[in-house]
Amino acid sequence: MRDFSYIAATTIPEAVALLDEKGESARILAGGTDLIVQVREARRDVDWMIDIKSIPEVNVLDYNADSGLTLGAAVECYKIYADDAICDAYPSLIDATTIIGGTAIQGRAGVGGNLCNASPAADGIPPLIVLNATCVIAGPNGEREVPAEDFCTAPGQTVLEKGEMLVSMKIPAPASNSSSYYLRFIPRNEMDIAVVGAGASVTLDAAKQTIVSARIALAAVAPTPLFAEAASARLAGREVSDEAIDAAAEAAQAIARPISDMRGTAEQRTHLVGVLTRRALNGAIQRVRDAT
Amino acid sequence: MARRSHVQTTINGETVEFLCEPRQSLLEVLRDELHLTGAKEGCNNGNCGACSVILDGRLVNACLVLGVETEGKSVETIEGLAEPDKLHPIQDAFLENAALQCGICTPGFIMSAKALLDENPNPTEHEVRYWLAGNLCRCTGYDKIVRAVLDAASAE
Amino acid sequence: MLENKEYKVIGTRPIRHDGVDKVTGRALYGADFQAAGLLHGRVLRSPHAHARIISIDTSRAEALPGVKGVVTAKDLPDPGDKIADLGEGAVNLKHLCDNILASDKVLYKGHAVAAVAATNPHIAEEACTLIDVEYEVLPPVLEVRQAMEPDAPLLHEHLRTTSLGETADEPSNVASHIQHKLGDPEKGFAEADVIIEREFVTGTVHQGYIEPHNATAHYNQDGQLTIWCSTQGAFTVREQVAEILQYPISKIKVVPMEIGGGFGGKISVYIKPVAALLAKKTGKPVKVLMNRADVFEGTGPTPASFIRVKMGATKEGKITAAEAYLAFEAGAYPGSPVGPGAMCIFAPYSIENVIIDGYDVVVNKPKTAPYRAPGAPNAAFGSETVVDEIAEKLGIDPLEIRLLNGAKEGDRRADGPVHPRIGCIETVEAAKAHPHYTAPNGKKHHGRGVASGYWFNIGLESSVTINVNSDGTINLIEGSTDIGGTRASIAMQAAEVLGISAESVNPSVVDTESVGYTAVTGGSRTTYATGYAAYEAAQDVKRQMIARAAKLWEVEEANVQFADGEFSSINGKEEQISFRDLCARLGETGGPIVGSGTVNPGGAGGAYATHVVDVAVDEETGKVDILRYTAVQDAGKAIHPSYVEGQIQGGAVQGIGWALNEEYIYNAEGEMTNASFLDYRMPTCLDLPMIDAVIVEVPNPGHPYGVRGVGEVPIVPPMAAIANAIYDAIGVRMTELPMSPDRLLKAMGKI
Repeated sequence: MRDFSYIAATTIPEAVALLDEKGESARILAGGTDLIVQVREARRDVDWMIDIKSIPEVNVLDYNADSGLTLGAAVECYKIYADDAICDAYPSLIDATTIIGGTAIQGRAGVGGNLCNASPAADGIPPLIVLNATCVIAGPNGEREVPAEDFCTAPGQTVLEKGEMLVSMKIPAPASNSSSYYLRFIPRNEMDIAVVGAGASVTLDAAKQTIVSARIALAAVAPTPLFAEAASARLAGREVSDEAIDAAAEAAQAIARPISDMRGTAEQRTHLVGVLTRRALNGAIQRVRDAT
Repeated sequence: MARRSHVQTTINGETVEFLCEPRQSLLEVLRDELHLTGAKEGCNNGNCGACSVILDGRLVNACLVLGVETEGKSVETIEGLAEPDKLHPIQDAFLENAALQCGICTPGFIMSAKALLDENPNPTEHEVRYWLAGNLCRCTGYDKIVRAVLDAASAE
Repeated sequence: MLENKEYKVIGTRPIRHDGVDKVTGRALYGADFQAAGLLHGRVLRSPHAHARIISIDTSRAEALPGVKGVVTAKDLPDPGDKIADLGEGAVNLKHLCDNILASDKVLYKGHAVAAVAATNPHIAEEACTLIDVEYEVLPPVLEVRQAMEPDAPLLHEHLRTTSLGETADEPSNVASHIQHKLGDPEKGFAEADVIIEREFVTGTVHQGYIEPHNATAHYNQDGQLTIWCSTQGAFTVREQVAEILQYPISKIKVVPMEIGGGFGGKISVYIKPVAALLAKKTGKPVKVLMNRADVFEGTGPTPASFIRVKMGATKEGKITAAEAYLAFEAGAYPGSPVGPGAMCIFAPYSIENVIIDGYDVVVNKPKTAPYRAPGAPNAAFGSETVVDEIAEKLGIDPLEIRLLNGAKEGDRRADGPVHPRIGCIETVEAAKAHPHYTAPNGKKHHGRGVASGYWFNIGLESSVTINVNSDGTINLIEGSTDIGGTRASIAMQAAEVLGISAESVNPSVVDTESVGYTAVTGGSRTTYATGYAAYEAAQDVKRQMIARAAKLWEVEEANVQFADGEFSSINGKEEQISFRDLCARLGETGGPIVGSGTVNPGGAGGAYATHVVDVAVDEETGKVDILRYTAVQDAGKAIHPSYVEGQIQGGAVQGIGWALNEEYIYNAEGEMTNASFLDYRMPTCLDLPMIDAVIVEVPNPGHPYGVRGVGEVPIVPPMAAIANAIYDAIGVRMTELPMSPDRLLKAMGKI
């Protein structure tokens, strides 16, 4: 493994200053479950690992039924799904955090790291997109916010500029009669990278018959996780029906531009986008209807 | 070469000091520096669980933790599980159920099972299988391992 | 025939002797070995699947601080044209050496080309990146049928096909062609009312042991070489290293550490001779470890294959003829397991007219190695699927057709041997009577499948020494590395002879200087053959103990008998002494007792298995879930039933992985794109139900307790059983392995 230096930063300004000074050769270390492997396997050149886990702001996990969730960038998966209120409010986030790696990975890995790693197949990102998450970024010029769907720009690439780091993600409080769902297709039942992932959030009317609004997001079918905007828009105002869901699934398939690799073929992925979009939408709708 | 850092941590209840390079994983430190070779390297990328240890009460893959990250933390390894005159109930259950063949994955499975039972003393078969999915065994087909963990749960 | 009688120790389930060390992390595996002054070795591997090596420049690596030595193929002695005899058939020594460190050509991505020893593993790794190798890249040949084409690129310019004793003139990738023939296949097919002929393709799969290969070597100043390593056989490591280094076996000691799985994959040596070369060059102990990618890319998987099977039967279900064409990928050098595949393919059946052709073909993939019943699973995937289709066509229950045609004592296998007492039909009967098979199976997209399998098992040499202790216990010294509980199953056989408990035996696996020659832990031979040697050694102890009792009592040896742990005199004197008490009196009766047993038994006795599986198929995604699995197997006599069940369960699950997801995935350049446990998808416990292992006991007449090897046959039936279950679920016959979701979607016409 390549030689590098390790610094445990204790404040955001300290981390930002280090990132700004070291530039491309520095990388934030949070859970490390992707980064350490990438450096070990010479897939990423890093001279400085800046450990942010001692910085209070990145460890915030705060949910309030009015203001929503603040999810610090270094909060590990297990802490998210250990919180009953978060489980109730954002089930798609729980769907994802309980399938990222195995138990031991979930003890270290977090959604923030999943986002910054910017894998097209990241399970953590579609839930952020469908839940309307905003990414809070700190940098040399202060803070800025970016919608989750705009955060990743290419495989392994993000909107983070020199000196910038992700601090937290903010997710609005769920509307009434809403819920969300994330699922992926993998050949095994755990421990695989998504062949395709699909997330959906829906808000129904009071009678739980009509879709007020919906958001659909896809993983592993494009260079970045995708917000299926047109497919989502098609559902607004429509009565819940197989036809409506099929139409949304078709629209989602239309934006998929998958590749063939060792995890799946392009044809298989396009086919699965339809299947998983339907299942995600039906899953989210069922959750709304099951809620008392 | 980056200088070796001094790290003080707690391993199996004892304060331990060691020197390590930043690029040395906790697994390398345990095995090569401290000669605690119970945690094994099967894949070195978090996909086999043979290096499972408990870090500040949480199950982790020691290959995905840097040694320097353990400063001030507490590490539990397979070597610390048994009492001097008595095995841990999970260890007994593995022996009684013949839940190991070659044994290379066994320390990882036992640490993983311990973390499970600490959190959920009465897991269902599905919960056991879900929790242990990050631990690969190639010999047993898992049948006897799952039974051993269920047995240990009911024995505790 | 042996009685399946009651025993005191055999058939019980004691705690294994090495158990405590293995659940406490104290057991020392190969990578755990430590030594003062230890250097760390790392191997540089080819990035190309097929290339000529133009030059290797190691100077930049040698200049890196911390680097203590670099070796290449030039450091190996010239193998010349020698044919090495490694006890398991002749091997071309140049091929063996070239697979350790490539000399003129690299033949697969991951092929070793150089190695470095340095003061820490990270420096060794960095030094590898500083070795400059110039390659002339050649087109790779990645598939067996492609490699057999007359205009295919050649891996070895000197390789000529050997076909039925004749050697061809032209070079070819086909190393050999074998044929077995029985009766008159043409006549047999003419008598058939239904004939099914199908083609099958299977992927390259790896044993997937969790412990990577490892070796530490050290040369003493007197030239004594010691190697500490994980291996299935310390003696075969000694032989292979001796051949490759052209060094006398008497100067080589191999110390087998605990081994973290092998399944056939830890018989061939890879880094052991490299560690020795580095140790020689540096004068220090050198530890070489593989990482997981090295294991996938640089060690032997089991081959991909192309198989055609044709079988005919009368409308009553009698199989009249069978024909098979087996083309196996050997990998970079000749030596695929097409031979065993051809021996096993129709062995569950009594068929009068058979013809089997087998081809051993080199391709640009790692040299294949044994993997659990090597060759037989590929073959059975074809034959057991065709048998299922015949049964379906004829409207006969698939287990019924196996009963109707089941192999039995006196039947001749197509390759010659006549079956002794075997348990083929008994496994089918037990499967048929099992509650799993009689349970309803009607849900939509759920299906049930069955398949049988055969593995011949082997005997070979084993040695055991027993030292008797004064407290009535014994130390049992053996040379079979313990991969799955064989210390216990061997110790129990000695305990049974001596009327003592399993716990009164202290078994040790020792190095090549401390026990007689013992062949590998492989071929399902260890509990059978080393157990047999333990039985003989215990008999030797018993004879000597009888002599001591006779001396003590001043009677003839013939007048001392031993039963239930007690020696007693017959004919006159009323004397009695327990085994334990007599052990305390060895000093006064002539000194210590050491018993020994050596065997090379010929009666291994074949093993049969019949599996039943229920699956659910997700028609939208093509994913197959295993709902229920029952594996029936003839163990002859289960010495330690828990570990017999463990072998059955583990083998079945490796078969499930092979059936559903495991395969080497290659790109067009011949690079494996999934060389990690992330993407080489072995089953996790969440992918499986409990595996119901059912032991049938038809004692093997070739062993004193009736033991048959049990380790290998359980991997033979799963692929076909699952294929047959998928057909039952969705009406689609899968003929390609693995039956992964994308292949199912294609087969169902969904993509």
